[in-house]
Amino acid sequence: MLEITNAVKVFAKGTPIEHTALNHLNLTLTDGEFVTVIGSNGAGKSTLFNAICGTFLLDKGRILLDGTDLTHMPEHKRALMIGRVFQDPMKGTAPHMTIEENLSLAHSRSTARPLSFAPSKKQTALFRDRLAAFHMGLEDRMKTQVGLLSGGERQAVTLLMCTIVTPKLLLLDEHTAALDPATAEQVMEITRKTVETYRLTTMMITHNISQALTTGTRTLMMDEGEVLFDMDGAGRARMTVDDLMRMYSGTRHKALDSDRMLLKK
Amino acid sequence: MKLLIDSIQLGLLYGVMALGIYISFRILAVPDLTTEGSFAFGLSVSAAVTSLGHPVLALPAAVLAGAAAGAVTGLLQTRWKIHPILSGIITMSGLYSVNLSVLGGAPNLTLVRAVTIFKLLPFLSKNDAKTVLPVFFACLCLAVSILFFKTHLGMCIRAVGDNEDMVRASSIHTGRCKIIAFCVSNGLIALSGALIAQYQGYADISSSTGILVVGLASVIIGEAVFGRRGVTVGFLSSVVGSLLYRYIIALATRYSPLPAHMLRIVSALIVALALALPAFRERIGLARLRKGDERNA
Repeated sequence: MLEITNAVKVFAKGTPIEHTALNHLNLTLTDGEFVTVIGSNGAGKSTLFNAICGTFLLDKGRILLDGTDLTHMPEHKRALMIGRVFQDPMKGTAPHMTIEENLSLAHSRSTARPLSFAPSKKQTALFRDRLAAFHMGLEDRMKTQVGLLSGGERQAVTLLMCTIVTPKLLLLDEHTAALDPATAEQVMEITRKTVETYRLTTMMITHNISQALTTGTRTLMMDEGEVLFDMDGAGRARMTVDDLMRMYSGTRHKALDSDRMLLKK
Repeated sequence: MKLLIDSIQLGLLYGVMALGIYISFRILAVPDLTTEGSFAFGLSVSAAVTSLGHPVLALPAAVLAGAAAGAVTGLLQTRWKIHPILSGIITMSGLYSVNLSVLGGAPNLTLVRAVTIFKLLPFLSKNDAKTVLPVFFACLCLAVSILFFKTHLGMCIRAVGDNEDMVRASSIHTGRCKIIAFCVSNGLIALSGALIAQYQGYADISSSTGILVVGLASVIIGEAVFGRRGVTVGFLSSVVGSLLYRYIIALATRYSPLPAHMLRIVSALIVALALALPAFRERIGLARLRKGDERNA
C-alpha cells in the first residue's frame, strides 16, 4: 500500500544547525495495516508524516501510495488520498462553520460541482448516521459552530472529516495528546472502531508506549531519522515497555530520553 | 424627506460595494486595498461605455473589469506570495493609470448628454428610476452573494478565511479559492462604482479615494446593529450598515458645522473606534479586576 524507499530530508543544509530529519528511511505498509509509531523528540516521526503528506518535498528517495508516485505531487492533490489528524484540535476544522458544513467540505471535496448547494439532504443524512456511531450526541448538534465544541468533540469531527471519504492512508499525529485522559480514551475508541470498520491503512504517532504496543498490528520505533525497531506479530505481543527500553539502550548505548514519552501506564 | 430618500438611494448603491468589502474583510479576513482602484475602475469603464451609448452594457463591462482587478491582486498574493496588503496597494496604484486611460486621459468625464440606465426605464420618471433601480440592484446582488456562499465553492472560500491550513490539508486549492473570492468581491465593488457614475451623471477618478474606509464603516455599523453572526446575516447587515452610514453622513453635512471635506476623517474615526473597541473593553476589564483586587486586599 505505502512504500517509502531511501527517504532523505536534511533541514538547514550547510548551516551550523544542519539536521538530518530523515536518514535513508525505508518503510513498507501492507493494505489494512495499523501501525503505531513511537520515538523520542526529534526522532523524525512528524517529519515522516509531513513527507508523506507533501508539506515539503524529499531531498532524496521515493514515496509510492497504492501504486501512485507521490514523490513530486503537490500537497493538496495528495490530500485526496490521505487523511491526517493533528494533535491540535484547532487545526483540523473551520471554527466559524457548523459541523455539517465542515463535514460537507470534506465529503464533497473531490466530487461536488462547485456551484451545487451544500450540504445536500443526502449528505446531512449520511453525516447524522456516522456521527451517531460516535455516541457523543453530535448528531443532534449538526448546526452548531465547531468552535463551540470541546477538544474531544472537535477531534471526533476531524476524524470523521478525514475518513468520510475512505482515504488510502490515515495518519494520526498524537491526535489524543491534547485531551484529558477520559476524553483521550473515548477518541481512541472511536479511532479503533473507525479503522476496523473501514479497514483503513493507518499510521499513528503516540507517546504512550504501552498504548503503542497494544493498539494496531505493528509498532515502529524511530530514532535519528531511521526506523530503529519494527515489531509485529508474536514478537510484538510479548514485548513490554521495559524490554523496549532495554533494547533501545542496548542498541544506541544511551537511555531512551523524552520528556513527553509515557514510559509506564 | 429628500434627505432620507437621497441617503436610501446612495446607501443601496454603495451597499453593493459593502457586500464586496464584507467578502474580503470578513470572509477572507484580509482588508483588500484593491477596492480603491476597482471602484474607480468600475466608475470609469461605466462612464466610458455609457458615453459611447451603451449604458446597459456598461454594467457587465464594469463587473468584468473589477473581477480582473481582483484576479490580479489574488494572483500577486497566492501565486507570487506578495503580502496581502501590499498586493492590493500594487493593483490599486497600477489601476490609477488604467483608469485615466479609460477616461481618455482626463481625470473626469461628464455624462450629462449621455443616456444612462436611469433614463431608460419606461413608465418611470428619472427620479423614480433613481429609487427603483438601486433597490433592484441591491436586492439582486444581495441574493446572489447569499446564494453563492451557500454553494460548495462558497463554502470552500469561507473555510479558507476561517482555517487556511485545514483547507490546504483537505485537497482544496486555497489559492484558487482566494482568487475567485477577490474576483467576486471586486466585481461587486466595480458594479457599485458603475452605478454611482450613471447615478451622478459624471465620473471623477478622485471619488474613490478613501472608499475602502467608507465600505469598512458600513460593514462595521451593520454589525453594530445585527451583531456578528452567519454569512447571510453578515451580507444583509452590510447593506443596512451602508444605508445607516449614508443617513448619518447626510445628517452630519446638513446640521453640523463640519464642511463636506471633513467627511472622510469622520468615517476614518468611526472605523478606528469600532476596530479598537475590543481592546478598550479588555483594558477596562483589566482595570476593574485590579480595582476589585485592591478593594479585597
